[in-house]
Amino acid sequence: MPRRTDLKSVLVIGSGPIVIGQAAEFDYSGTQALRVLKEEGLRVILVNSNPATIMTDPEFADATYVEPITPEVVEKIIAKERPDAILPTLGGQTALNTAIALDKSGALEKYNVELIGANIAAIELGEDREKFKGVVERCGAESAKSIIVHSMDEAFAAAEELGYPMVVRPSFTMGGLGSGLAYNAEDLRRIAGAGIQYSPTSEVLLEESILGWKEYELEMMRDKNDNVVVVCSIENFDPVGVHTGDSITVAPAMTLTDREYQKLRNIAIAVIREVGVDTGGCNIQFAIEPDTGRVVVIEMNPRVSRSSALASKATGFAIAKIATKLSLGYTLDEIPNDITKKTPASFEPTLDYVVVKVPRFAFEKFPAADPTLTTTMKSVGEAMAIGRNFTEALQKALRSLEQRGATLSFDPVDAADVPGLIEASRRPTTARLQQVQQALLGGASIEELFEATGIDPWYLDQLVLINETAEQIRRAPSVNEDILRLAKRHGFSDEQIGALTNTPEAVVRGVRHALNVRPVFKTVDTCAAEFAAYTPYHYSSYDEEDEVAEHAKPSIIILGSGPNRIGQGIEFDYSCVHATMALREAGHETVMINCNPETVSTDYDISDRLYFEPLTLEDVLEVIAAEQRTGGVLGVFVQLGGQTPLKLAQALADAGVPILGTSPAAIDLAEHRGAFQQVLDEGGLTAPKNGTAVSFEDAKRVADEIGYPVLVRPSYVLGGRGMEIVYDEANLSRYITNATEITPDHPVLVDRFLEDAIEIDVDALFDGTDLYVGGIMEHIEEAGIHSGDSACVLPPITFGTDVIDRVREATRVIAAGVGVRGLINIQFALASDILYVIEANPRASRTVPFVSKATGVQLAKAAALIGTGSSIAELRAAGKLTAVGDGSTLPLDAPVAVKEAVLPFSRFRTPEGTVVDSLLGPEMRSTGEVMGIDKYFDTAFAKSQAAANSALPTAGKVFVSVANRDKRSIIMPVKRMSDLGFEILSTGGTAEVLRRNGIAATVVRKVGEGAGPNGEGTVVDLITAGEINLVVNTPSGGQARGDGYEIRAAATSIGCPVVTTVSEFGAAVQAIDAMRSYEWDVTSLQEHASRLKAATGA
Amino acid sequence: MTVHEIINPTPAVLMLEDGRTFRGRAYGAQGTALGEAVFATGMTGYQETITDPSYARQLVVQTAPHIGNTGVNGDDAESRRIWVAGYIVRDAARRPSSWRSERTLEEQLAEQGVVGISGVDTRAVTRHLRERGAMKAGIFSGSDAERPDSELLAEVRAQQGMEGSRLAEEVSVDEAYLIDPADHGWAGEPLFTVAAIDLGIKSMTPVRLAERGIRTYVLPAASTFEDIKALNADGVFMSNGPGDPATADVQVDLLREVLDARIPFFGICFGNQILGRALGFGTYKLRYGHRGINQPVMDRRTGKVEITSQNHGFAVDAPLDGPVTAPEARFGRVEVSHVSLNDDVVEGLACLDIPAFSVQYHPEAAAGPHDSAYLFDRFVDLMAASKSKESI
Repeated sequence: MPRRTDLKSVLVIGSGPIVIGQAAEFDYSGTQALRVLKEEGLRVILVNSNPATIMTDPEFADATYVEPITPEVVEKIIAKERPDAILPTLGGQTALNTAIALDKSGALEKYNVELIGANIAAIELGEDREKFKGVVERCGAESAKSIIVHSMDEAFAAAEELGYPMVVRPSFTMGGLGSGLAYNAEDLRRIAGAGIQYSPTSEVLLEESILGWKEYELEMMRDKNDNVVVVCSIENFDPVGVHTGDSITVAPAMTLTDREYQKLRNIAIAVIREVGVDTGGCNIQFAIEPDTGRVVVIEMNPRVSRSSALASKATGFAIAKIATKLSLGYTLDEIPNDITKKTPASFEPTLDYVVVKVPRFAFEKFPAADPTLTTTMKSVGEAMAIGRNFTEALQKALRSLEQRGATLSFDPVDAADVPGLIEASRRPTTARLQQVQQALLGGASIEELFEATGIDPWYLDQLVLINETAEQIRRAPSVNEDILRLAKRHGFSDEQIGALTNTPEAVVRGVRHALNVRPVFKTVDTCAAEFAAYTPYHYSSYDEEDEVAEHAKPSIIILGSGPNRIGQGIEFDYSCVHATMALREAGHETVMINCNPETVSTDYDISDRLYFEPLTLEDVLEVIAAEQRTGGVLGVFVQLGGQTPLKLAQALADAGVPILGTSPAAIDLAEHRGAFQQVLDEGGLTAPKNGTAVSFEDAKRVADEIGYPVLVRPSYVLGGRGMEIVYDEANLSRYITNATEITPDHPVLVDRFLEDAIEIDVDALFDGTDLYVGGIMEHIEEAGIHSGDSACVLPPITFGTDVIDRVREATRVIAAGVGVRGLINIQFALASDILYVIEANPRASRTVPFVSKATGVQLAKAAALIGTGSSIAELRAAGKLTAVGDGSTLPLDAPVAVKEAVLPFSRFRTPEGTVVDSLLGPEMRSTGEVMGIDKYFDTAFAKSQAAANSALPTAGKVFVSVANRDKRSIIMPVKRMSDLGFEILSTGGTAEVLRRNGIAATVVRKVGEGAGPNGEGTVVDLITAGEINLVVNTPSGGQARGDGYEIRAAATSIGCPVVTTVSEFGAAVQAIDAMRSYEWDVTSLQEHASRLKAATGA
Repeated sequence: MTVHEIINPTPAVLMLEDGRTFRGRAYGAQGTALGEAVFATGMTGYQETITDPSYARQLVVQTAPHIGNTGVNGDDAESRRIWVAGYIVRDAARRPSSWRSERTLEEQLAEQGVVGISGVDTRAVTRHLRERGAMKAGIFSGSDAERPDSELLAEVRAQQGMEGSRLAEEVSVDEAYLIDPADHGWAGEPLFTVAAIDLGIKSMTPVRLAERGIRTYVLPAASTFEDIKALNADGVFMSNGPGDPATADVQVDLLREVLDARIPFFGICFGNQILGRALGFGTYKLRYGHRGINQPVMDRRTGKVEITSQNHGFAVDAPLDGPVTAPEARFGRVEVSHVSLNDDVVEGLACLDIPAFSVQYHPEAAAGPHDSAYLFDRFVDLMAASKSKESI
């Protein structure tokens, strides 16, 4: 039966900014959906506020709206575009919630739009916990005993019945936001209290604890003919109690007999039918009591999820693509399996390998946060690895994390330490795997650790196997072939083998190659080799038979960016994907290496060949060797995937691998202080006074010389890891003491910190002769806030041509001096009209996708072509870049784009249970970004705030309390707010200043003052009660704690917008003014581009 | 496994008929195992697989890399013993984990004298069999593995191939036995009595019937029509089983008597091939067979897809575009009711004029998905319809 012919246009809702629990996997699924809809000849409309996505590339839809995903804005898009249908199941919880809101508001009916791939009743049955319990019961299965509450009184009554500990889960939140385990009444008050706030329906579910049970998930697909298949089973290494996103997970399930597995499958199918999931994907989670086998259904998601992305990558079954086809009316048997070509999608993939996913955390960014893992997801990314057995896959996954301490180590463990390790492993944290493995190494039994952790004994035995193997390696008289094969069979890296045998890694590799102990590359084929596979989706294993086919053209290898982390996220994947698209279009054969299952780059049909591998030197060299022996390698791109591939550049070059684009020597030059200073000196450019230090004495000497405050940071980092502004010697000493990674190879950089400077970011292309400025971004927050966390605007709104010309020339001088061939990102600071060069990175930057979306010029594609020999002049002539002008010559009526960061503070709690501080600083903490684009800055800024889930108010109460240095600057904006009718609330000195300036500020009580005689609440009480609509609070000096912290924490907890810098406050006032004056309209990127084209005459 | 064994395992070798060899370590019993090498792709259900009599005289390659993780228990065996002639796995579990586990798989294999090999590139073996077809093979472990390869190869080639092999009688029970519905949760009086001819029957099959109120007498393969009549059976069932259906003339003749008597008939797997041959169709050997629990089959009457459990190396050669009159015209019209979506192989036959149908796959699903359980209901309905016709 063919697809529905009545549908002519479809609106796809994206998932918005990358946040914890909703990340790049929805770009992957959304991009697949758009490709299917386009192939089917439909008019495709997309809304997604996240510019760092492939799906928002204008060629993937007919109309691409980078607009806030709110019901109001989406309704405007519907009114303008009049789509026949909305596909809401590929954009995570955001899309689903928006669709529900549009249904409730009557907008769907008003515009006669149909939801496809989902129906509201099914969504509600799936997501409403009480209704879902009924579903489970009707299917003859069990749920955990539970009670729904809407108030704390109800919660305490329920606790009497269920007993502690119990699980607290708010309804309709994503990534388990607001969930937690309550061990006592105090915990319950805290978690359920916040949960009632988070839930859009003020609804919280309390349930019996199934802590420590085995946890499983099935990924399912259903078509309109009621054909249902299980795409993948996933088993959690960590038992129930740790969010599945934070757990190590394994596919397929390893410890179920067929009877138990079929029981889960039967329940899942019954539930999917009873819920009435329309067509498409869904997942169901189960818990199994380890000693009885009692099965409890935990929950289901009636949509494509993070797990579906993992399942797609783990099996090769393209869930999002197929879900989209099903939503158009195809049935599973009508859709071919792309991998085998001759068999249909109506089957269940079978795996002849093991997939292990490990989460990547960012607790180092939030030192105050409690690192206990709970049912609230806290990881910011994940790495996946494929091996022919669990040990190989686990160890590959761990080294894919690129995190110190993530790989297992085998130094002898003192038996005296074992009880402590066992005790520590009771509480799940990021260190639990290592604690368990170390305890086993020290002689603990599997039984002891099973009792402490609930981790299945089969997995514990696998850790023992790894430990025993390590012992064999250590005892081996020499690094011989037998020992290498044994080590490699269980996933040991050359580095680990080196550590165990006191041999340098390079020597291990040399011996290994001499003995011809090399990995083979197997294929992910959905069918365990039952049928021939036509898609070269490979993974390495130390097994017998290699499957890489000969290729006719030498390949271009693109190194991806590995697991998402703060500072290196989806933006880099975007550049990698663009490079492969541009190079394939230019006739090259491309190869992608990456280990992040959440990405578009690891879709098997994005490149000619995909190697799902860790991005370590060893693993990358083996892929290169495989490519070399099957047809040759033209070169490797290291400049697109961020710091991960960049740091391999020199070692790859040393191994004789041709590096495309900017050379390793040039990369090193930009990173090397002294050499880079020389480039600046020769070009007549200024950098803030600086120096490098490898000890406190060094650092003190430099700081004394250049004067405090100084900005200190380790070299070779991304995302401002470990970066701090230090105001005095005492803090400098503390910083150096804590910075453990200082070595002569990795010194600390000490810079003069420029106060009150405007920061400028530039992305540009250089081909050795010509410069092409992609875009110049003006930061809204002053220098000192990490550029990744700062809002910025393009084109700059407060610079005249003279500044822009100086920036352009400085960029040219640096690009030429460094020797860039491709992309460069430079950060400048403008202070007292002096242009300082802060740093230069000769690679794709985090802002490349934003600039590309804002200007309509695909920089990463151009960079890839420059890397293979094209000149900027040729690219201009070929229409790949604008024929004339560039990002520094945008006309005055060009649209204004604002990038705003999205921060995860509300996810993290201190051990006391309060939210961590939301202050911005030189260390990056944002997980994602949004773009607001409009004719003028004010509306663009307002849209960016709405898109970042902190919509500015247009009326109500504003609380203002600022540091002394800021008091002068806030008078005018507060006055304007007051004139606009906002009630101004304030405390202490700020209130005095405002009143002296004729602004009627109501004085409220400080936190320290406590409640008033007549029960007047403090400012925190008012915020918590939801009476304040906007908080303006700037921190004073080095004092982060105190009143300011309490105020910001309260606001963060309830989702009230908080402004922490004066410059942002100014922008906010402009935006509020605009929101009150004009109705927003929605404009697609395609419309912006054609207007810009008309304006520039290009 | 001791630490010593990690680094110095007992050797084993898998030798294929065409000379390709794979070296690994001994698993289970040590010695020599000869048979036809086939691969099975299920990710769960190894205990059911090794005890499935249809695998008699076969060396089974498990494509799932970890085997033995949940050990062996007293409930999941599909017959009284292990039938696979040899077992080929990549990573054998050292320590099983399941609340139902009673012993390790390796102990079970060793105790029943089943020679296995672990640590081989099972995917390479599978790809080889996929490209060149299922073939004769041998596993040699311990001291047998140290014999010269040329000797091993000669021994592999000297064995009889699967084509022309008559094995049903070898695996069948000697004595009839009864499976009572009361033992399987059926509360009321039994609805019907079925005579099930054991050609290698899996234990779950009579259980599925019992759950529907059917008393099943499982009869030896050599049973006669008189034996069936003596039971006053309402229906006849023929099971799965090993070997070449072209050798099953005894059962084909028996089934023709059953069909002539219009006794409702249901066949599974080998039983499907026997129905095919009884109707006059041929059977043929597939290159590498269907052995897995993820096989999509379309029920051509409903247009619905079921994910099925399969284990067959032979198939019925019947026209897909039916219905047609059976070559044995006295049985009237027949249609291919089920077809494999992977390769269009006949997966089910339905007679339109007599009460008989069969499927090539395993609705009893042990191991495998339960999508096709409705076929047992269909058999019950067929017996009910037949009975009501009689009473009229």
